[in-house]
Amino acid sequence: MANTEYIVRTKDVRKEFKMGQETMKALNGVSVDVKRGEYISIMGPSGSGKSTLFNAIGGLDKPDSGSVFINDVDMAQLDANELAFLRCHTIGYIFQTFNLITVMTALENVRLPTIFAGMSAEEGEKRAMSLLDLVGLGHRYNHKPSELSGGQQQRVAIARSLANKPSIILADEPTANLDSRTGTEIIDLLRRLNKDQGVTVISATHDYKMLDVSDRIIWIRDGVVEKIELRSDLKIQVGGMQVPAGSH
Amino acid sequence: MPPETDAQSTVDDKPVHGKIFMPFSVVVTIAMNGLKIRFWRSIVTASGIFLSIAFFSYVVTNLMLAPHLTSDERHRQTFLAIISVLVAGVGITNSMLMSVTERFREIGTMKCLGAPDSFVVKLFFVEAAFMGLTSSAAGFILGLLGSLLLLAISSPGTDFSLPKIGLVLLWSLMVGVFITFGAAYFPAQQAAKMPAASALRTDV
Repeated sequence: MANTEYIVRTKDVRKEFKMGQETMKALNGVSVDVKRGEYISIMGPSGSGKSTLFNAIGGLDKPDSGSVFINDVDMAQLDANELAFLRCHTIGYIFQTFNLITVMTALENVRLPTIFAGMSAEEGEKRAMSLLDLVGLGHRYNHKPSELSGGQQQRVAIARSLANKPSIILADEPTANLDSRTGTEIIDLLRRLNKDQGVTVISATHDYKMLDVSDRIIWIRDGVVEKIELRSDLKIQVGGMQVPAGSH
Repeated sequence: MPPETDAQSTVDDKPVHGKIFMPFSVVVTIAMNGLKIRFWRSIVTASGIFLSIAFFSYVVTNLMLAPHLTSDERHRQTFLAIISVLVAGVGITNSMLMSVTERFREIGTMKCLGAPDSFVVKLFFVEAAFMGLTSSAAGFILGLLGSLLLLAISSPGTDFSLPKIGLVLLWSLMVGVFITFGAAYFPAQQAAKMPAASALRTDV
């Protein structure tokens, strides 16, 4: 199981939302394959369905039809507790709004997933501390999220996502609430983790800074995959891409 | 270049299948910690239970111990006791409902980090049980003292029978814990069953 080439596969995923009288097709048959160790960006304007795809891959929301496979396991076949196990051990989540638990310190936040994994308090604390060091926040372990800057909060969130050594990091617009420079730092950190630790990164974004580091970019528009580009293809057009990046 | 063979890799290839198992003691620890770090919020919720049960225990003590109650007075006191239960019910339900719903986002986050549904339910139940029990006990003492003081002044020679006071204690705890538990039950179930994505979207 561990040797499958594709760590995430989606097959014809569809999802509808009812908005009053109208039905909006957020995803209209999306099939993508993600290789182990890849850094993938899911690009698209707001309302394109990329967050819905993110939620489907992360098992946060069930698609209406189609399947999502993680390590060749069909997520629809898992019961609630097995899904919790998958979220706990295989996937690390990073959000646009950081979603740290506000009443807990940085260290307690990072330690939380290790509790669900059944790690002892001592071991979990050690692990959390080493992860905070890894993201460069070891000295601020005792601070609450409200005492940290946006970039620092996001780094705590990244440390938390790594707590149980996931194979996949799912990031939903990780830089959208950050200024450009801090956003670059976060992207660099994600890329470093991807390279050094081999963790697969899948990031929904409309931040053009992400393009530079992604192995592949999946463009989503109106609930379908518009195109999939390799970074090497992209190099040629990067000059063109920089224009919207500046105005963003 | 399969990165997972890297010696420095922190990526573990654990099986995807598995169950989350959390010992009950861990749930209790997290629940107690949760009450502690939200100290003032917990105090407000607990005060609601405390005052409701104080009123209830005051009325019931009076009803049980006051000598020479006419049947008319007895009816009035019984009516008051029923009203106090209803008031307690509404007050406690409201504070429990608030304390669960304002944490939907936190629950969604915890579910993303691997908290099973059963953990969410247990967490709120332990919190509710603890708050219900301690606040009801404290409320019982206040209500009892108030009632005893008044009886000692207004009708000297009242028989302060211990078994009857014990009965009031029993009733106060039962009503307090039952209502707190009942009030926590539905929002906790709803929070646990909610897909993590919608819990995260909730803004309160």
